[in-house]
Amino acid sequence: MRYYSSRSALAVLFLFPLLWSGWSSLRGQDGGYTLGNYAQMARFGEGLPRYFGNSLLVSVITVAGTVVVSALGGYAFARFRFPGKNLLFLATLAILMVPYATILIPLYVLLGYVGLQNSLVGLALVFVMFQLPFATYMMRNSFEAVPKELEEAAMVDGCGSLRALIGILLPAVRPGLITVGLFAFLASWNDFFAPLILLNDGSSFPLPVAVVSMTQKTFGAIDYGMLQAGVMVMAVPCLLLFLVLQRYYVRGFMSGALRG
Amino acid sequence: MAGPVSGTVHVTAARAGRGRRAPARPGTLRALAGMAYAAPTAVIVLTLFLAPLVLVVVMSLHRWPLLGAPTFNAPANYAKIADDPLFPGAVVFTLKYTAIITVLLSALALGLALLVQERRPGVGFFRTAFFLPGAVGFAAAALLFYGMLNNDVGPFGFLGVKWTGTPNMALTSTIVLVLWRFAGFNMLILLTGLQSIPVEVYEAARSDGASRWQVFTRITLPLLRPTLALMLILSITGSLLAFDQFFIFTNGGPDNSTVSMVMVIYRNAFFKFDLGGAAAISVVLLAVLVALNTLQLKVLR
Repeated sequence: MRYYSSRSALAVLFLFPLLWSGWSSLRGQDGGYTLGNYAQMARFGEGLPRYFGNSLLVSVITVAGTVVVSALGGYAFARFRFPGKNLLFLATLAILMVPYATILIPLYVLLGYVGLQNSLVGLALVFVMFQLPFATYMMRNSFEAVPKELEEAAMVDGCGSLRALIGILLPAVRPGLITVGLFAFLASWNDFFAPLILLNDGSSFPLPVAVVSMTQKTFGAIDYGMLQAGVMVMAVPCLLLFLVLQRYYVRGFMSGALRG
Repeated sequence: MAGPVSGTVHVTAARAGRGRRAPARPGTLRALAGMAYAAPTAVIVLTLFLAPLVLVVVMSLHRWPLLGAPTFNAPANYAKIADDPLFPGAVVFTLKYTAIITVLLSALALGLALLVQERRPGVGFFRTAFFLPGAVGFAAAALLFYGMLNNDVGPFGFLGVKWTGTPNMALTSTIVLVLWRFAGFNMLILLTGLQSIPVEVYEAARSDGASRWQVFTRITLPLLRPTLALMLILSITGSLLAFDQFFIFTNGGPDNSTVSMVMVIYRNAFFKFDLGGAAAISVVLLAVLVALNTLQLKVLR
C-alpha cells in the first residue's frame, strides 16, 4: 500500500499543472464553465487558424523532410561503402555538439541571402538539420538490424537498390521511421527560439510565438483564461500523440541515439 | 548543386543493378549509389550546419548591422564583450542556474527512476504521469506556469508568495518549472540505464546479504555511471543555453536578475541590431560548450 500511496502523491504533483491549465482554460469570467476563452483565442491577432496552420505546415515539412533525408542517409551509412562516408557521418553527429542557439544568428543571415528570410520553409529546413543527428543515427541502426539476406535476395531477383529500399527495407524499419517522425514533430511543433529568430512577420508566426505574444503588454491587459486556452491548443496534440505512440518514443531512448 | 548531379548518378546505378548495361566495376557503382543516398544529408549538413558555423566566425570579425553592409572591425566585437552591460552578470547567473538545476534535476530524476524501476501492476501509469509534462513543449510549459504562479488567477494566490517578485523567488520558481518539465525526461534516460543492469547482479548481491543501501552505492550507481554521465551532459549543455524559461516566464526580471547568456545574444542581435556583437558572444559560447562536451565525453568513455 505504501508503494502506491507515495507514487500516487507524486503523480498528482506532476499532473496537477496540466489539469489546472485545462480547467482554467474552460473557466469564464463569471466563474462558470465556457468555451469563451477558446473563442477569444480564435480571434487573437491574426486568428487561431492562421497560427495553427503555420505550425502544422512547419511540422509537416519538418517530419517529411527528416524522415526522407534520414531514411536515405541511414540506408547509405548502413549498407554502402563510399569515400567520405565516415567524415559525413561524423559531421552529421557533430550537429549535436554545436549549441542550437549559437548558429541561429548566422542562419538568419544565410536564409536571407537565398530569399528564405521570414519563410516557414526555411524554418522547417533548419528544424530538419537539427533533427538529423538523432534521426540519422536512429535510421542507420534500424537498417543495420535488418538481415542483409533480405535485400540481397531482392537484388538477385533484379531489383535495384532503390527498389529494394522502398519495397523491402522501408517496411522493415517502420518503427524507426515512426520514432524519427514523432521526435521531429514534437521538436518542430513546440520550438520557440528558432521561429522567434528566423521569422519577423506576425502573420507567419507558429503557435508558440503567437501565444507568447499574448503576454506582451502591448496587447493590453493579459487575458489569462485565453492564455491557458492557447497552452492547451499547443499541448493537447502532443499529449495525445505521446500517449498513442509512447512505445515509439521510448524506443528513441533505448536506441542509444541520444548518445549520438 | 550536388542534388541534380547525384540524381543522375543514382539512375545509372539503378539501371546497372537491373543488368541492362555493364559499365565499370560493381563496387564503384555501389559506391556511387551510396553517395546518391547520402547526398541530401550532405547538402543539409553543408548548407545549414557547416556554412553557418563558418559564417558565425566571419560575422564576429565584422561590424554587422541588421541592415546595411558589414565592415571588418576585428577584434572589436570580442574586446567589447566584457563591457557589455548585461553579459558578465548573465554568465554568473547562468552558471549558478546550471549548477543548481544539474544537482536538483539529477537527484529528482534518479529518485523517480528508482521509484518506477520494478515491474508491478500500475507502474506504467506512474511512468507516464511523471513523463507527461515532458511531452508538452517548453514554451507551453513556461506559459502554463506564467498563469499558474500569477496570484490573481493561479491556485496558489492564497499563499501570498510573490513567485517572480524578487530575484531569488524568480529563480526558485523557474527551477520548479524546469524540474517539473524535465524530471520525467531524465528519468526515462536513467530508466534505460537501470534496465540494462542484469537482474542476476542484484540477486547475487542480495544472497550475499547486501543491504539495500549497499546495493545502491556498490552496484546501481557504478553500473549507472555512463547513463548518469549522458544525463549530466544533456542537463549541463541545456542549462547553459537556457532561454525560453527566462524569456517567457520571468522575462529576465526582476531588474535583469534572470538574464541568461543566450538572452544577451538575442538582445544584442534584435534589440541593438548588432549581429556582429551577438556572433562574437556566440563564438565564445560555442567554443566553451564544444570544449566542455569533448571533456565530458572523454570522462564518460
